[in-house]
Amino acid sequence: MQDPPTPSEILGAVAQFLRTAMTGEATGALAFQARVAANALEMAGRQLELAPAAERGEHERLRTLLGADGELLALNRELARRIRAGEVDPHTPALADHLWTVTLDKLAVDQPSYSGYRAALARRSAPKDDKETR
Amino acid sequence: MNEIAEALGELARRRLDGQAVQGLRRVTAGATQEIWRFDLVSEGTPTPMILRRAPGGNRVSPNAIGLETEARLIDAAALAGAPAPPVRHILEPGDGLGRGFIMGFVEGETLGGRIAKGSALAAARPQLARQCGEILARIHSIDPGLFSTLHRSAPVELVALSDGAYRASDIPRPVFELAFRWLGDNCPPTPPRPRLVHGDFRNGNLIIGEDGIRAVLDWELAHVGDPMEDLGWICVNSWRFGVEDKPVGGFGEREDLYAGYEAAGGQPVNRDHARFWEVYGALRWGVMCAGMTAAFRGTDPSVERAVIARRTSESEIDLLRLLAA
Repeated sequence: MQDPPTPSEILGAVAQFLRTAMTGEATGALAFQARVAANALEMAGRQLELAPAAERGEHERLRTLLGADGELLALNRELARRIRAGEVDPHTPALADHLWTVTLDKLAVDQPSYSGYRAALARRSAPKDDKETR
Repeated sequence: MNEIAEALGELARRRLDGQAVQGLRRVTAGATQEIWRFDLVSEGTPTPMILRRAPGGNRVSPNAIGLETEARLIDAAALAGAPAPPVRHILEPGDGLGRGFIMGFVEGETLGGRIAKGSALAAARPQLARQCGEILARIHSIDPGLFSTLHRSAPVELVALSDGAYRASDIPRPVFELAFRWLGDNCPPTPPRPRLVHGDFRNGNLIIGEDGIRAVLDWELAHVGDPMEDLGWICVNSWRFGVEDKPVGGFGEREDLYAGYEAAGGQPVNRDHARFWEVYGALRWGVMCAGMTAAFRGTDPSVERAVIARRTSESEIDLLRLLAA
């Protein structure tokens, strides 16, 4: 067993360093790059925290949707193929629900401050009758 | 840099009615363009100018329309009544500066976030959407016959191009597949009168001042096609800089954009087609972001590339929201 701190904690500390020390010292392009680097590390940190559970859920839903088993990438490939071939109705509630969940889970890692994500999240947690009139 | 300053100085005396060039400095380090700023001194008075040229002078991407064509487009736009910087000189081989052109510098804000949210431009914002419409109508009035080298593509061909780029990445994306299917089902026909399309008319490519739009920049994606494409692209959520409820660039309303367009002589706006192009735009931007992974793993392993690649999911949520609306 590895000793703590955890990878997430280490990434967080380095991101914090880049944000405070580097952007304070550096100017212009370098300060910008340091901020981008801090964002990237924080994204990697969120992925370590959130992606395992999200991908387990994605995998499970794909098995049910497709009635097939396989690796996550292979099942996504199959779903993509079926949508392209017109073998699935894009309006199937289970498919729509799956794609919304996958995408919101990805944004929770990639860009939790993105305006489109915040708006979609607010919509989705709104009362059910509101969601159905979307 | 000294070589550029020297060549510019000579050019100033020979072709630009100037005596000297001073204050030369690089403005951007773009992969596709070099932009330099300098002052042209003429009778003791400095005039700020821009040199836009191919990286290293001559590295021209095979897909680009070419800087000479870009300069001619800017001229044509100005002639049609669109705000554009004055092009002063198109570089010739004897100038020793590579390929590009020299234009007047236009003062103003180009950063999308400041344009959508900054207090300095609060008074200008309400008029911008209508101005965008008016300017696009003028750009679309340019005779496409003057630009025979530009790509002429039917809507269905543009969708196929994006589809090809997506499939080349070889990462399955069910949301993109859904969007491609929607685009296939809702694709407008080849326009009866194809127009000159700017191709990247959006918040971020406009110079804005307190008096409104002062110049339209970045003509390198210009082509001939459906004019509604430009009206859809400026509404893509990525260019709203967080101001969700202002669909035009984060500063205005669609109806103001359309009203300005029609009032300035644009064809009647087909709202369904404009919406098609907004969906296409969201997808096109998503495909571009997704393509960054290959660049990151290949020629440019920079943090910035990695982060842009991970913005693909922003397009995915935009697409889901657009298709659910």
